[in-house]
Amino acid sequence: MNILSLLILIPLLTVVGILLVKSDQLIRKITLAGSALQVIFASWLTAQYVSLRHAGATAQMLFESSRVWFRPLGINYHIGVDGISLVMILLTAVVVLAGVLVSWKIEKQVKEFFFMLLLLSVGAYGFFISLNLFSMFFFLELAVIPKYLLIGIWGTGKKENNAMKLALMLMTGSALVFLGIVGLYFASGWFGGEHTWDIMKLSHMHLPMNVQVILYFLTFIGFGVFTGMFPFHTWAPDGHSSAPTAASMFLAGISMKLGGYGLLRVATYLMPDAAREYSWIFIILATIAIFYGALATLMQKDLKYMNAYSSVSHVGFVVLGVAMITKVAFAGAVLQMVSHGIMTALFFAAIGMIYDRAHTRMSNELGGVLKQMPFIGTVFIIAGLTSLGLPGFSGFVSEMTVFVGSWVHTGIFYRVATILAAASIVITAVYILRATGFAIWGTITRKEYALLKDASWNERWAAVILIVGIVLIGLAPFLFMHLINADVQEIFNHLHAG
Amino acid sequence: MEQVPLAHLLILSSALFFLGIYGFFTRRNMITMLMSVELILNSVNINFIAFNKYLFPNQLEGIFFTLFIIAVAAAEVSLAIAIIINLFRKFNTVDVEEVDTMKF
Amino acid sequence: MTLDNIVLLIPLLPLLSFLLLGLAGKHISVRFSGVIGSVILGASLVLALITAYDYFFAIGKQGGEFIPYLTAQLNWLPFNSDLSINLGLVLDPISVMMLLVVTFVSTMVHVYSLGYMKGEERYTTYYAYLGLFTFTMLGLVLSTNIFQMYIFWELVGVSSYLLIGFYFSRPSAVAAAKKAFIVTRFADLGFLIGILMLGYGAHSYDFFTLIDRLSHPGSSYLVAMTGASFLGMSTLTWALILVFIGGAGKSAMFPFHIWLPDAMEGPTPISALIHAATMVVAGVYLVARLFPIFAVGAPDALTVVGYVGAFTALFAATIACTQTDIKKVLAYSTISQIGFMLFALGVAGWGPGKTEGFTAGMFHLFTHASFKALLFLGAGSIIHAVHSNEMKDMGGLRKSMPITHITFLLAALAISGIPPFAGFFSKEAIFSAAEQSNPIIYWVGLIAGTLTAFYIFRLYFMIFWHKTPDAHAHNHEKGEWAMMIPMMLLAVGAVFGGFIPFGDFISATGKPLELPIELSHIILPVGLGVLSIVAAAILYRKESDVPQRIVNALGGFYRAAYRKFYIDEIYLFITKKIVFKLMGRPSAWFDRNVVDGTVQKTGSLTIALSHAIKRVQSGKLQAYTMYFFGGVLLLVVLLLYKFA
Repeated sequence: MNILSLLILIPLLTVVGILLVKSDQLIRKITLAGSALQVIFASWLTAQYVSLRHAGATAQMLFESSRVWFRPLGINYHIGVDGISLVMILLTAVVVLAGVLVSWKIEKQVKEFFFMLLLLSVGAYGFFISLNLFSMFFFLELAVIPKYLLIGIWGTGKKENNAMKLALMLMTGSALVFLGIVGLYFASGWFGGEHTWDIMKLSHMHLPMNVQVILYFLTFIGFGVFTGMFPFHTWAPDGHSSAPTAASMFLAGISMKLGGYGLLRVATYLMPDAAREYSWIFIILATIAIFYGALATLMQKDLKYMNAYSSVSHVGFVVLGVAMITKVAFAGAVLQMVSHGIMTALFFAAIGMIYDRAHTRMSNELGGVLKQMPFIGTVFIIAGLTSLGLPGFSGFVSEMTVFVGSWVHTGIFYRVATILAAASIVITAVYILRATGFAIWGTITRKEYALLKDASWNERWAAVILIVGIVLIGLAPFLFMHLINADVQEIFNHLHAG
Repeated sequence: MEQVPLAHLLILSSALFFLGIYGFFTRRNMITMLMSVELILNSVNINFIAFNKYLFPNQLEGIFFTLFIIAVAAAEVSLAIAIIINLFRKFNTVDVEEVDTMKF
Repeated sequence: MTLDNIVLLIPLLPLLSFLLLGLAGKHISVRFSGVIGSVILGASLVLALITAYDYFFAIGKQGGEFIPYLTAQLNWLPFNSDLSINLGLVLDPISVMMLLVVTFVSTMVHVYSLGYMKGEERYTTYYAYLGLFTFTMLGLVLSTNIFQMYIFWELVGVSSYLLIGFYFSRPSAVAAAKKAFIVTRFADLGFLIGILMLGYGAHSYDFFTLIDRLSHPGSSYLVAMTGASFLGMSTLTWALILVFIGGAGKSAMFPFHIWLPDAMEGPTPISALIHAATMVVAGVYLVARLFPIFAVGAPDALTVVGYVGAFTALFAATIACTQTDIKKVLAYSTISQIGFMLFALGVAGWGPGKTEGFTAGMFHLFTHASFKALLFLGAGSIIHAVHSNEMKDMGGLRKSMPITHITFLLAALAISGIPPFAGFFSKEAIFSAAEQSNPIIYWVGLIAGTLTAFYIFRLYFMIFWHKTPDAHAHNHEKGEWAMMIPMMLLAVGAVFGGFIPFGDFISATGKPLELPIELSHIILPVGLGVLSIVAAAILYRKESDVPQRIVNALGGFYRAAYRKFYIDEIYLFITKKIVFKLMGRPSAWFDRNVVDGTVQKTGSLTIALSHAIKRVQSGKLQAYTMYFFGGVLLLVVLLLYKFA
């Protein structure tokens, strides 16, 4: 059996484990052990990958293997990883672990809750290792349904409506993606000589321009919905506002990245000519998302809405990086996915911790968090500083990489887009500092808040794990850059070969 | 003996058929509706017999078919009446207008 | 220990202090945390002195010229084979000078805070933040790469933010911290875009590669960047002006000066360290770092620097004359003095006899650090004793605070440019450079210099004279040695700092430069300074109603200056009315109602449609049969139509 399948098997076995036991405490422990094991395995895999590369492995994908799944339609379980998918896998593993830790205190239907969380992570891992479009789609869908249930059952507020909106919009996105990949399947038969779902094979085929254009828009918009690309982003704020903390972390930390990865690996990589020709449309959309998302964030009082809108703005950098089509911008997009994934998970974790205690998320109703709960306050400030792109944390590295990559284009259009995107980091500073000033600094607003306790051990660990991730990228970006450099170069070359 | 022309038989069966349809659409009582269905079936039976007699007098398929239909109709009636009795137990009526819970 | 390790240790020691006190602060007794921080900083200062000695007298000079010494290089973020962010440390005359200034003032402030912050609730955190700031500031001055400088630039910004907001339960402190960060962030946007332009044009972010490629006439990079133009200015000029906008933000130049007076909400030693001596001169340092490019590639940009500096110097000095909060006066004074440094750089040029302004600006930066830090520490000890920032609560303090009185007076004389104090030498150098190259700037500077002497002595007389001393007042300074010793040490700098032969060490080219002092040049500035001191003495030594009458006579102008020329209100208008009301609110509304509205509408339309067609499924048996029969009929009709 291929070693990569363990990425799917470990969470699946954990699921079996929690189905077999009865005690809630045991369920939590098993899930925690499973996700911790997954982090260790993902790190080990990365080490293996690096040492293989050092030993001179030149294949585009390593640990590749393929098995027939359904022969009549040519569907294979074809897996393999390169640097880009590896960093995404690492991201998933870290966020899942932190999410499990944060959800430690959930009392309602514990078994089902962790079952859903793990199922979602199976979807994400499967998506990132798939090299077959059909199995990729399969895993993508696997990651959607649990979200609906997580929000619908364990959520707060207008949870039914918001869960429904999220599920329907994401389903629309997957419908577009599905049309796109089915189109690729048939197009490969008509123009490439062989019906195939296989990304590696498809990348060698040269499809006619008009076919590429249709498929490019279908897949880009489809994955764009997952990414939260303007104007298909509104599932995000509402979904987050109702989601339980761990679901928010998964949603913004992992789920939006499924879309970003798809934009790069499917939409851009497989339709190179169309991407070169039409990516300017998405540059416009991304710039709007970045700038206007930041402006809309200014007005949010609910901390979760604030972070959700800020995610729309930040994920705009991913779309911008992908649409800019330069090697550095691609690298920036990948880094931004990882960085934003961890950062936003940390942010939602901090907001969740505050909400659990104070039962409000309104920045104007809070105050004095830092004084009353120094740990949580500090976590919030660190997440905020990462969000506004402070050097030393991950956000700076990825945003600068996107800017430098975008600046390679000389046209005034690209310049304006880049400057507007860069201007958004000023607005980011405004809303982050406003929220910090209102909610975290100042004095406590209600008497009963004086009784609130600081973070418990599980929350501390969750925060520390994520902060380590942020700081690691922020201080040693070259590690990650070396990991993905060859692969973004490959995608870039591919785009400019035709 | 002068034979009855085929057209007459067809007119009779059509009349029976549309009487059955009419009864089925207008009657509210389920038993009556069932009777209307029987009328329709019988009109079909007449058609079979008539065509068998006039078109293929040496063959018996039409008569067999009629016999089958009578047998099936008997089974169907017993089933239908069983359903109607159950509906009556539940709704206390055999008015078809009242029994409309299977909607939306 | 080799020099490389020493240089590396200088910034790492304060970082260690930060990590130690920040992460393990709970386990360290409050009594020791301040001492630990101060000792670590003291070690850093010693290492800085060793480095300075090594650099200036042993390794720095080759062939009569100071050359940069690079160490600890790290390829931090490789973008491309030819473009990457490298981290590293550089020793050259200006970075070594800044090294001394930062470690010295920081050590003084550490020691001073032992007394000043005693009994504070978050005492350990305070020292942790101090360590963080010192680390980032040292990282900034030692940067070899413009992106590295930007990194530390942001980091000093955030440590400044944390320290201004140190008393975070006070709403005014929260607002001030936010304002400081956001205003400088806004300016940094210019810096960032300037960096991107420079990096794109010269294919490097390293300072020395940039200078090499962009300051030699005929270099292909320089030709490309000066050749392309946008709105009448060359790309290089744009890039440098944008970079300077970043510098202007950090250095509180007009129109970005508004954050600095508010930043006085922080603890006073912080104001001395960050908002007087070190961080706010980062903009000057940045321009000095890129000086060859400014001077050779884009003299227009340098002219902009000069005018912005001169205007701010005068503008801030005017406001300083009207303020009543002593820290605000000092804040505006700082803004004004940084204006002096910048216009000194602005009037300099490239070539023999033109670079004097560079040395003069750096010199003023150096001397200003000691006397302005001293003024702030003095103000701190006054506030510590009086528990108020307002001048009207003071007066007649010379008896109860003798050491503060003497040191404050020395610093005031130094800032006024009275010989033989430190400020005299640096200001003379600035004036002489300006007089040669730009008469407008020279006269503006002269007026600003005159006002400087006036407002600082107004402050001095209001604090220490003005009222008759209370005969029974006890000595406020008793037992506060932690506070008094740093002040005395800084006073030494303020008095004797000017005698350093500065030009021998620091010049634009690396070659020694003579800073001439001619009597004919001295008379006017010094004379005006003395006159202003006399005027201030007449007006403020004794309580009288003369100042009030002058205020009344000045009328509107005074009020405008007192209200800081309404710049804050303009900013408030822009942010509240334009950014929030005209951009933020419509965006949020648009998103909720139009974008999300479309989504919701799609949903509700689908539901309405299904409500409309669900009537078909009535549950009525006969209706269904009717449909069925109708369908059959339709088919029959169609078939008949087709075949008949």
